[in-house]
Amino acid sequence: MSAQVDTTGAAAEDRVAVASNWRLVWWRFRRHHLAMASAVFLIVLYIVVLLPDFFATQDPERTDARQAFIPVQMIHLFDDGALAPWVPAIVGKRNPVTLRMEWQIDPSRKVRIHFFAPGPKWRVLGLFETNLHLIAPADPKQRIFLLGSDRLGRDQWSRIMHGTQTSMTVGLVAVALSVILGIVLGGISGYVGGKTDQVIQRLIELLQSVPTIPIWLALSAALPRDWTPIQVFFAITVILSLVGWTTLGREVRGRFLALREEDFVLAARLAGCSRARIILRHMMPTFLSHIIATSSLAIPVMIINETSLSFLGLGIRPPAISLGVLLQEAQNIQTLALAPWLLIPGLVVIVSVLAFNLVGDGLRDAADPYSQ
Amino acid sequence: MTAAQPLLDVRGLQKFFPITKGFLQRVTGQVRAVDGVDFTVAEGETLGLVGESGCGKTTASRCILRAIDPTGGQILYRTRNGATVDLATLGPAELRPLRAEIQMIFQDPFGSLNPRMTLLDNVGEPLLVNGVRNRRDRADQVAELLRLVGLRPEFMHRFPHAFSGGQRQRIGIARALATNPRLVVADEPVSALDVSVQAQVLNLLLELQTRLKLTFLFVAHDLSVVRHISDRIAVMYVGQLVELAPTEALFDRPRHPYTAALMRAVPVADPRVRTIDGVLGGEVPSPAAPPSGCYFHPRCRHAEARCRQEAPALREIAPGHFARCHLAEQMPAADPSQAVAAIS
Amino acid sequence: MSQSAAAPLLSVRNLRVSFALDDGVVRAVDGTSFDVMPGQVLGIVGESGCGKSVTMKAILQLIDRPGRITHGEILFRREGSEVIDLARLPPRGPALREIRGGEIALIPQEPMASFSPVHTVGDQIVEAILLHAHRWHADGRRISRREAREITIGLFRDVGISMPEQRIDAYSWQLSGGLRQRAMIAMALSCRPRLLIADEPTTAIDVTTQAQVLALLHDLKDRYNTAIIFITHDLGVIAQMASYVVVMYLGRVMEQGPVDDIFHAPRHPYTQALLRSMPGLHGRTRVPLPVITGALPHPFNRPLGCPFHPRCPDVMAQCSAATPSLEPVGVEQLASCFLHSDKVDAS
Repeated sequence: MSAQVDTTGAAAEDRVAVASNWRLVWWRFRRHHLAMASAVFLIVLYIVVLLPDFFATQDPERTDARQAFIPVQMIHLFDDGALAPWVPAIVGKRNPVTLRMEWQIDPSRKVRIHFFAPGPKWRVLGLFETNLHLIAPADPKQRIFLLGSDRLGRDQWSRIMHGTQTSMTVGLVAVALSVILGIVLGGISGYVGGKTDQVIQRLIELLQSVPTIPIWLALSAALPRDWTPIQVFFAITVILSLVGWTTLGREVRGRFLALREEDFVLAARLAGCSRARIILRHMMPTFLSHIIATSSLAIPVMIINETSLSFLGLGIRPPAISLGVLLQEAQNIQTLALAPWLLIPGLVVIVSVLAFNLVGDGLRDAADPYSQ
Repeated sequence: MTAAQPLLDVRGLQKFFPITKGFLQRVTGQVRAVDGVDFTVAEGETLGLVGESGCGKTTASRCILRAIDPTGGQILYRTRNGATVDLATLGPAELRPLRAEIQMIFQDPFGSLNPRMTLLDNVGEPLLVNGVRNRRDRADQVAELLRLVGLRPEFMHRFPHAFSGGQRQRIGIARALATNPRLVVADEPVSALDVSVQAQVLNLLLELQTRLKLTFLFVAHDLSVVRHISDRIAVMYVGQLVELAPTEALFDRPRHPYTAALMRAVPVADPRVRTIDGVLGGEVPSPAAPPSGCYFHPRCRHAEARCRQEAPALREIAPGHFARCHLAEQMPAADPSQAVAAIS
Repeated sequence: MSQSAAAPLLSVRNLRVSFALDDGVVRAVDGTSFDVMPGQVLGIVGESGCGKSVTMKAILQLIDRPGRITHGEILFRREGSEVIDLARLPPRGPALREIRGGEIALIPQEPMASFSPVHTVGDQIVEAILLHAHRWHADGRRISRREAREITIGLFRDVGISMPEQRIDAYSWQLSGGLRQRAMIAMALSCRPRLLIADEPTTAIDVTTQAQVLALLHDLKDRYNTAIIFITHDLGVIAQMASYVVVMYLGRVMEQGPVDDIFHAPRHPYTQALLRSMPGLHGRTRVPLPVITGALPHPFNRPLGCPFHPRCPDVMAQCSAATPSLEPVGVEQLASCFLHSDKVDAS
């Protein structure tokens, strides 16, 4: 019995012996099932970010006042036991008292839909044109509202696809900018030390002591009204990262200070390595995994920040679409009572933030395989 | 072993660390970690540097390696091409070519290797930065180095986490030898190792020394280890050398009471020899506020009035035997009963 | 297995502790047995991974998951001769809490980590005395805070802390390493233990301070008649401190016996090799030391049979096939080696 155990033990030992740091991190991360599931979800999310039009069923800007507040049309995969996807049709009836259109689901009428079917034309990453969509109605003139419509009759499903693109990109770009700022400034602070360190530390303290929401409000209000949505979008990311790099800067500085004292860093110095080599070859790889873990925990914060700003009307403004902009539609309690599906963008925010946090936690636990 | 000119000649080495207070980092005092240390190391010999924690032995060795910058004194080193340079005053650019000649073996076999690099990269790095650009050449030399320290060359693609403490220490030695150094500073190289592995590493160091004509500065706290490997031993106490002598002479007749106390305090692995009775009382004073006169007088059982006021100088008591004690001439030989009992 | 007619205070019987890790099971302690007599200093010596610290943790039931005592008994004779099996007690139950820090006290390796930095050392010892008041007064009388403080000052004096009246109000970080270790010993004595477990108590301190602490422990053992389990990797410390020695390797007892026999008539090849490989303060210098070849195996890779056989100079064919059991080789000396007995440990 133990002979068996011993040989497998030896094999495992050999496998571990030649495993690089990244492989050890991956082995530990893989054991974290919740984080793994979240990672898969995030991959899907970022495919949406890359190709929102493929997932959208219609043009997110297409308005039709006569099709406002249409409820969710559920997808049914089978019809009489055969695979034939459809959504129930909607019939509108005007309420004679309130004069408002009231929509009823009519399960007797089925709207056929197809997967991977042609629909409106769109450009793949702005490179070439296609008309392939994940879901498309069989009759191209028919509109379907998988997650209902808003007060202007825009399709919420399609808008969420585009809003996800904006919000997730803001999160990613803002964190990327913070990471660059954090590593450069924190690294200088930790490696150079002395006066430079003092100045950067005081700057971090100053930035951290400033109440963030009023600062965003002020900075966003200062953005010229006539900027295009793209310009506003970039301005918002820069604002978010200017305030967001401080935590990371601190962390990088601390790591640098600790690493400077490590024996293997001294060994490299005594071997005659240049400063650049010591930093790039010895110090950076040692805390890179931590930086990645910290960053993945910073992304959801950025997403929430963007959503809050846009919700308040100070971030990304219509006609650009972000999850925050979509939630603006749900600001009115009356609308909410009438069309609760307008809260779905909030659900998307919650789930993606949770996923980011779980992945970040998993990465943080896996980041240092030598801590055991 | 030319008596003419030593390989390393340390004169009046000092390293002070400032004590700062408050927001403005005002300097309020100095920790005199190393305070005027003189010794020489001849080519091919092993000088043991012993003392308890905080005595400045590690700081002194780091100054010689120029891992830290000394506050004062000279570190005269005779280079491979015969020139004598003062390591204490060289700038980083002038120091870099000399780095290959002076290498270090670390105490902690776990912290001294980069865990994210394979043995090939860890051991091969000194080769790379000293001009061996071709990866194949480097691999050949690393294989040779691994063989030299008793490891299989096939291990070079493994990462340090695959090895035990003793094996890692061998890897650290291989890296130190990569640049074909002349002086090797070993900072407690066996104190983190298990007893059964300690002897292996000590034997390896002795063997490498004869084979490669290395000169060792061996820094350690364990007297029996230092005794085993050193030709001469320097004892430090509160930043100063208190005794320097050939190993035999030091153990036969320690001329400084601290050395004698240190020897008595070592627990002897023989239950028939009681070494823990009559131990040295008191505590090591802080190098920030050392006592007056002889630093050792508050703990010394031979102390006289003179010891409290007058700081003794390091004097040559017998040929090659230096001690910093007013009463060095009167110090008795080491307790013979211990020796007899241990041999029997 | 007893060394005298007297009943042992603690008797560890065939103890096994294993750790179920993701990559396999590590058998940290693999069938260890020994006795501790009242008032005796038992030394457990071994290299890293030999299971000496895990054994200590098992006695105190401080094994954390994924570790588990899988087999064996830890019989402790309580005050009043009642014998209980510590291995069967629930680790967090009141019965064990009463014994741990009461009848059995621990002196840890790093005293800095064992004192809270926000309370004075004296206060922490006073608390411990109040908690174990019944150990000071058999009649169940309560101890007042003032009385506890007096006891603490007395303990400080006993462990050789000068100026105890002042030092009692110091914080642990204000004390030097040696004083801190003395304070830790005072803390351990505050519950008047019958068994002290000292886990490498002098590894983190300097030679001259180590000598002071060892002398102190020696003196206290005589004065309080406390049994001590002294765990260390240092053979010199063991020779000076212990009266009976247990030599462990990879979770098994290789040899045990009176200290003089272990150092002057070792019977197990491991003990013999270990003693030979130590550089001493006498003998020739700068000559190769006799070594134990090879390295300690990886914990997942335990050798079959006798755990020492791959490194043993006297290895025989049967050593890799079966595990020798611990058998008498002298009056009170036992060894587990096929050189001395053919008996196989079948369990």
